[in-house]
Order: sequence, then C-alpha cells, then structure tokens
Amino acid sequence: MTEQIFHDHSSDLAYRARWYAGRVAVYGILLVWTVVCLFPIYWTVTTSFKLAPNVMQGHMIPFVDFWPAWKGWDSLGLSPRLIGQESTVREEFVKRFANSAITSVSASALAVVLGSLAAYGLSRFQYRFGFMRNPDISFFFLSQLILPPVVLALPFLVLYRSLDLLDTRIGLILLYTLTVLPIVIWIMRDQFQSIPVELEEAALVDGLSIWKAFLTIVMPIALPGTVAAFILSLVLTWNEYFFAALLTSTNAKTLPVMVASQTGSQGINWWAMAALSTTAIVPLIIIGVALERFIIKGMAAGAVK
Amino acid sequence: MSQGDLLHVVTGDDIGERRRFIGKVLIWGSFALMAMAFAWCAIAQTGYLAVELSSWRLALYAYLLWATCLCIAQVVLHGEQGKRTLFVLPATLFVVAMVIFPLIFALTLAFSNWNLSAFEGPRFNGLDNVRQMWTDPFYWNALKNMVYYTLAILVEYSIAFGLALIQATQIRARRFFRVAFLMPLMLSPVAVSWMVGKSMLEIRFGPISQLARWLGWDRPSFFGDPEIARLTIMIMDAWTFIPFMMIMLLAGLQAIPREVQEAARVDGASGWRGFWEVTFPLMLPVSLTAILIRIIFKLKLADIIINVTSGGPGGATDSVTSFIFREYRDRSNVGYGTLLAIVYLALIVIAITAFMKAVDRWMNPKY
Repeated sequence: MTEQIFHDHSSDLAYRARWYAGRVAVYGILLVWTVVCLFPIYWTVTTSFKLAPNVMQGHMIPFVDFWPAWKGWDSLGLSPRLIGQESTVREEFVKRFANSAITSVSASALAVVLGSLAAYGLSRFQYRFGFMRNPDISFFFLSQLILPPVVLALPFLVLYRSLDLLDTRIGLILLYTLTVLPIVIWIMRDQFQSIPVELEEAALVDGLSIWKAFLTIVMPIALPGTVAAFILSLVLTWNEYFFAALLTSTNAKTLPVMVASQTGSQGINWWAMAALSTTAIVPLIIIGVALERFIIKGMAAGAVK
Repeated sequence: MSQGDLLHVVTGDDIGERRRFIGKVLIWGSFALMAMAFAWCAIAQTGYLAVELSSWRLALYAYLLWATCLCIAQVVLHGEQGKRTLFVLPATLFVVAMVIFPLIFALTLAFSNWNLSAFEGPRFNGLDNVRQMWTDPFYWNALKNMVYYTLAILVEYSIAFGLALIQATQIRARRFFRVAFLMPLMLSPVAVSWMVGKSMLEIRFGPISQLARWLGWDRPSFFGDPEIARLTIMIMDAWTFIPFMMIMLLAGLQAIPREVQEAARVDGASGWRGFWEVTFPLMLPVSLTAILIRIIFKLKLADIIINVTSGGPGGATDSVTSFIFREYRDRSNVGYGTLLAIVYLALIVIAITAFMKAVDRWMNPKY
C-alpha cells in the first residue's frame, strides 16, 4: 500500500467533518453541564442583590435587567451602609458563622489526628486485640461508614442531656469527629501504604524512635493526603445539618440550622434568604476553587488500588 | 482489605517486675476510679444522697482519665511494643465510647416509652414499639421510598460515567470544567434546598418554573404530585452527588493504561465496542466501589427532604431519616424513633452484606 499524501479524498473529508461534529457535541455537553452546576450558585448570588420587583419579573442579569441593591445584605447587617453600625442581626449571624467554623475545623483536626495515627498503625504493624487482627480492626473502623446518623441521633440526644453536653460545641465536635473518622482512616491508610517501609527502617537504624520517625519523616511525606482528608472532613462537617438541628438550640446552633430555620418564615423575602445562603456556601466555594486538587485526590483515594 | 508492607523490627524490651506492677496499678487503679465515679453518679441520680448532682459529667471525666492511663500503661507494660499499640488505641477508645456504648444504650432505649418533654423518665414497654412499627404505614412507606431513592443511583451512575468519559478525553480548559463540575458537592444541602427547592422551583417566579412554562408545561408544580415530588427530590440529590461519583470514576479511567485502548483499536474495535468490552470491564471494581459508597451516602439522605417537602405530599418523599426526625419533632418520643432507626440499621447491614457477597461471587466466580 502506498503512503497517503493528500487528505482531500471524500472519505477523509467526511472523517474530519465527523471529528468536528464530535468536538462540538463534547463541548456542548460540557457547557450544558457547567450551566447546570453553576446556575444555582449564580442565581443565589444575584438574587441577594435583587429587590421585590426584580424577583417577581424574573430578572436575571445584573446591570442589564436590574440594578443591584444591597437590601438582602442589609437584612444581615453586612451591607456597606450598615457594616459600621451596631446590628443585632449581624451579631446573631456572626455567632452562627463562628460556631460552624469552630466546630468544623476542630472536628476535622481531631479526626485527622486520631485517624492518621490509627491508619499508620494499621498499615505498619501487626496487632492482636483478642480475636481482632489487622483486617478486623480496619473493618471495625471503616464499617462506621454505613452507620446512618439517625441511629445515633436519639441515643445521643438522651446521653448528651444527661451529660450536660446538649447545645454545646464540644458535643457537636465529638459527634462530627466520629462521622468523618472512617473517611479519614480510609484516605490516610491508602496514603501510608504508598510510602515505602524502607524509609522508616533507615530512620530506625539511624536511631530514631518509631514515633519520632512517624512525626518527622512519614508525616511530611503524607502531607498531601492529610490535607485532602482534612478538607473533605471540613466540607462534610461544615454542611452537616441533621445532628446540629437535633442537638443544638441557642448557644451552639450552626449556620445550616440558621439557614433552615429562616427558610419557612421568609416567604417571598428572597433577597434576605439569598444573602444568607450565599454566606453559607461561599467559604466552601473558595476552598473548592483553591484546593480542588486535594479534594479530588482525597476522593480518588481508594478508587484506584 | 489489602495490607501494605509491614514494618518488622525486633525490639529488645526488658520489663522489670516493678515496671509491670506500676503498669497494672495504673490500669486497674484508674478503672476502679471510673467504676466509683459511675456508681457515685448513679446513686446521686436516684436522689437518696443529699448531693446536688445534675449530670453524669463526672463519669465522662473518669472515662477520659481511664483512657489516658490505659494508653500510658501500654508503654509502661510493653515498652516498644506498647508504643505501637499507642497508634491505634486512641481511635479505638474514641469509637468504642462514641459508637459501641451508645448503640448498647440505644438497644435499651428501643424497648421503652420515653417522652423527653414529659417529666417522667423512661418506661419499659416490651414489644409495644415493635407492634406499633408493624402497623405504621408511614414507616413502611419511607422504607419503600428508600428503595426508589437507591435505585436512582443507577441513573446517577450512568450520567457520572458519561461525564467522566468526556473529561478523560483531550479537552481544553480541563481544570475549569473540573472545578465547575465539583461545585455542587461543596454546597450545603440546606442551602441547596433553599436555592433550588424553594426559590428556583417556586411556582410563580422561579426560573425553572418559567423555563417549564416556556417549554409548554402550563402549570408547573414540582411538589404537588407524589411521583413528581419524589423525582424532584431525586434530581436535587443527584445534582449534589454526581460530582462525587464522577471524580471516583475519572480517577479510575485515568489509571487505565492508554495502551489497552490502543491495542483494542488496532484489533479493530470500534469506539462503542471498545468501551463495552475493554473500558467498562476494567472499570468494574472502581464502579462498584463508587456505587457502594454512594449507596451508603444515599441511605443518610435527609437534609433536603426535611427542608423542602418535610416528607410531603402524604409521605411520598419521606426517607427513613427524615421520617424519624419528624416523628421525634412531633411527639418527642425517643423510644419509638430509636427502634425504627435500629430496625433500619439492621436492614442496611443485611442489604449491604448481601450486596457485597453478591458482588464478590460475581467478580470471583468459583467454578
């Protein structure tokens, strides 16, 4: 067969046309799905700048359809006009925001500490607790994943009541740590198994203790996995609603509970709800855009063995 | 469960009698303290003593003390080996305290009648709760809904797989699309229930309703009809979780060596056959993991339902979790709710074990 030099035969042209059609279809699907993913966010952010007539006439594009107003942000005391003044609404909001931030960050940190220790132990040493060997212990931790929160919710309500932990951040932190612990262990075990044992062997020969080797040699290498585990935990705990709704009332109420409690009462007062929802989602959007790499790494752990 | 390389180190531990004694004293001493604290709290609760003790906090602190002493004693008793146990022990003690103990407590709770808002305490009522559950149409309805919700995962899976396939090909602006597709997963379900459920699907002014009207649906209503309401909830939940499956599948796709596809093409496989006979079988393990994790998350579905429909219309959208939540909110009876939850847990464990066994049988057939 002679080598083909000219690519203008009708079959070649048909091939190119098909290639272009394929490209158009691919980018078409990608763009449609992007709109599906991003439109609700866009809608929420723009609605927080709308006034009643804009909402009712279904205006969409700021500066073209309607002129942005700060009314929604006024209702949270966060608009430029009110930011310098005393505002009870803002105090309330800041309190909820702080509760959410404190509980989610501490719970994720605690889970990462407990989880990575356990994961390291399980990936390096042979244990025997009674009849439980390593695979059993791993299963014991990972099986917590299938425990639906509702099973623990009511017992914890009663237990926390008798422990005086209802409506405290500590109580919430402990529970959140529990819910993300299996995920952290999963990610970290995967991470540690990919680190060669020879590193620690060399360190031990050089006279480090096992804990010193773990802290100074293994952990720095496992840092990307640790960050991934931490961020995934953060996402899950920041968004958690069920336990927070049951176990908190005035002091420790978190942001999602505040959002939920306002949904019913606000009616067509959309600008206020939109502003509140925006504040609830913005921190994670920022984290998602900035640290997307780690999130994807964390979720891909375990998918590929 | 796969097991990586183990670290084998021989340790020369020389534990003297004295040290062993100190370790034992640490463990049993603190254990005795804990037992005393529990007893003290229990007695104080009954009110025979003239002490004002409103809570079991003391018992909690005693448990923490015992846990700490147990950890220290490991090193004292076993030296180097003990230092290894120290890696797993804190997490184990934490999980035991936070799961095993509450679960045992839940079992006693499930067979009692306890109205938290009433003044009287728990009352053991035997199998009354079970009988009530047996005749509770709403609970069975919620379980049936969970089956529907779980089946919806198959559709989610195909969409996620399609998107992952597209993302795995040569495309421009890959990072942009990846971040954009990831976004729904980052949003709080409660915020989503307002953003989508309450405002975008609002009948008069919501953009989706307007779109539906423009497309020719005269009177769009997303939560009026039971079937449509369930479908809407499914779509909203799918919207948040498709990115999750997509990312897992994408990671799996990227781990398949390119040569495999090339070999298939050289052998004359068309794109379609190449997918079904090469890519898809290679992706099976990843797919099953993704689906399993997705099922686990699906079984916890509640936030959106509680905030958008609160189970309506007529319980058509209820998940088990949201039903129990409502049951508690309305009657504040913890006993019945706990029983329902425990039955749910038992069903889940059975179903998931069966699923995993079936998958295992199917993946590694024994001839």
